[in-house]
Amino acid sequence: MNLFRNVVFIAAITGLVAGVVLACMQAYATVPLILKAEVYEQAEGGHSHDHAAAPADAAGGNAMSSAAPAASNTMSAATPAPAAAAAPAEDEGWAPADGFERFAFNVVSNVVTGIGFALILVAVSEFAGGIGNWRQGVFWGLAGFAVFTLAPGLGLPPELPAMPAADLTQRQIWWVATVIATAIGLGLIAFRKSLPLAILAVLLIVAPHIVGAPQPDSFETPIPEGLHHQFVVAVTLTNLVFWLVLGAVVGVVRGRFTGTATSLRDSFA
Amino acid sequence: MTTATVSLGASVSSQSRFMQLALAALLGTFIIGFVGFSHIDAVHNAGHDNRHSMAFPCH
Repeated sequence: MNLFRNVVFIAAITGLVAGVVLACMQAYATVPLILKAEVYEQAEGGHSHDHAAAPADAAGGNAMSSAAPAASNTMSAATPAPAAAAAPAEDEGWAPADGFERFAFNVVSNVVTGIGFALILVAVSEFAGGIGNWRQGVFWGLAGFAVFTLAPGLGLPPELPAMPAADLTQRQIWWVATVIATAIGLGLIAFRKSLPLAILAVLLIVAPHIVGAPQPDSFETPIPEGLHHQFVVAVTLTNLVFWLVLGAVVGVVRGRFTGTATSLRDSFA
Repeated sequence: MTTATVSLGASVSSQSRFMQLALAALLGTFIIGFVGFSHIDAVHNAGHDNRHSMAFPCH
C-alpha cells in the first residue's frame, strides 16, 4: 500500500493548503454575500433555513450560541417574539454559532473538501502518468475547475440562501451525473487521439445540459438579482483559484516525493 | 512522466497500482459526498457556507 499511502499524504498536504487558501478567499468574497442573503431570508420569515443571520439585536445574537441547540422547533410566524426571530432553529438541529465558530467550521469544511478533491485529482492524474510539476498541475487544476465548478454551475448556478430550487436529491443526482460526463469527456479529448472519440466527448459534455438541470416551480425570491450575480462571480473565481492552487501544490509536493526534484527550486521548474 | 522512476510507488504491479489508485479516488469521493452531499442536518449546518461557496446543491 505504498502508493496509496503516498497519494493520501500528498492529498492531505495539498488539501490543507488549498482549503485554507479557499477559506480565506471565501471570508472576503462569498460569506459576506451569504450573510446578506440570510438577512433577506429572515425578513421573509426565516423558513427553509437554519442560520440566525444577522440578528437584529445584539442580545439575541449572544444568546444564540446557547439557545440554538435547545431551541424548540416552534415555527410560530404569528408571534414574532425576539427569541424566535433570533433563533429560527426549526427542527434542523445543531448549527455553529455566528462569528468565529462559524468561520472555524468553514475552514475545517474547506480543508476536508480540499483533501477530498485532492485525493481524486492525484489518483486520476496518476493513471495518466502523474502531475510532474506545478505547471502541469495548473492545467490539471483547470480541468478540475471545468469538471467540478463550470459544468455543474451552468445548469445549477451557485445559489444563495432563500433562493428557490428544485428537489435536493434530484439536483444532487444531476450534479454528480454532469461531473462524471464532463470528466469522461475531457479525458477522452485529452488522452485519446481519435476523432470519433473526440466527438463522443463533446456529446458527453453537452448531454447533461440538453437533459437540463432540475428547476424550481417558481423563481420568485427576495434576493436581489445583483446580489446573486455578485455571488455567482465570487464563487466561480474563488473556485478557479482553489483548483489552480490545488493542482500546482500537487505538482510541487509530488516532485519532492518522487525524488525528481532534488531541491525545492526544481519542483518549480 | 516517461520513466518508471517518476511515478509514485513504481515497484508495485499494475494491478495493485490500479487498486490503490482506485481506492484513493473512492476515499476522496466519500469525503466529498460526506461534506458536500450528506443530508444529515448537523453536517449540512457545519459546512453550510462551504456548500454554498462550492456551489454544491444545497437545501
